[in-house]
Amino acid sequence: MNNTEIREFIEGAIEENPVMLFMKGSPEQPACGFSARTAACLNALGVRYAALDILPDQRIREELSAVSGWPTIPQLFVKGELVGGCDIVTEMYENGELAELLGAEQPEEAGEVAMQSEAPVTKGPVPLENRLD
Amino acid sequence: MPSSDELRQRIEVAFPGSLVTVEDTTGGGDHFRAEIVSDRFDGLSRIQQHKLVYDVFGPEVGGAIHALSIKTSTPGGTT
Repeated sequence: MNNTEIREFIEGAIEENPVMLFMKGSPEQPACGFSARTAACLNALGVRYAALDILPDQRIREELSAVSGWPTIPQLFVKGELVGGCDIVTEMYENGELAELLGAEQPEEAGEVAMQSEAPVTKGPVPLENRLD
Repeated sequence: MPSSDELRQRIEVAFPGSLVTVEDTTGGGDHFRAEIVSDRFDGLSRIQQHKLVYDVFGPEVGGAIHALSIKTSTPGGTT
C-alpha cells in the first residue's frame, strides 16, 4: 500500500462511518491514555462507532494529519467532520454537546468519564494493517 | 527538550495580549497542558481555536512535544 492508497482508505473510512475514531490501540485495548479517554466517552454514551488503530504503520498517522489538519491522536470524526481530539471530546461529553451531536442520551453521572465503560459494538473498518502488503 | 516556560512564551508571542498558563503534566518535558485566554478566539469554533494553538508548534506536536492538551477561552467567557 502506498501513501496515496492509505490516504484514500482514511478518507473512505471517514466518509463511510458516521462516527469514526482514529486512535492508538483499540477501544478494547487502548495504547494511550488520551485514546482511552476518548473511546470511554463514546462507550459511556453507548453509541456505535468505528475505530482504527493508527499504530501499525507510521504513514497512517502522517496521512490522517494531512487529511484533517490536526496533529495529534486521537481524532474523532462525526458525519465526515472532525470533532476534535481528547480535550474537545471530553469537554463535549461533560457538557452534553457530544450526546446531542450523536443523538445519544446523556448519562446521569456524566461528570466523570468512566474509563472502565465497556465498549459496545465497535466493529471497525477493515483493519488497515492487513492491507499494507 | 522544551520547557513549559518556553511553550508559554511562544504562545504569548503568537497571541499578543493573551493570558497563558502552561503546565508540564508529567515533569518529563514532553506532556504539556496549556490554558489560553485570548480575544483571538472570538467567534471561532473550538476546533479552529485549538488549531491556532497547534499551529504555533507545527510538527513539534507529536514530535518533541508528545502531547499538548489545550483549553481555550475568550476574555468574555468560555466559548
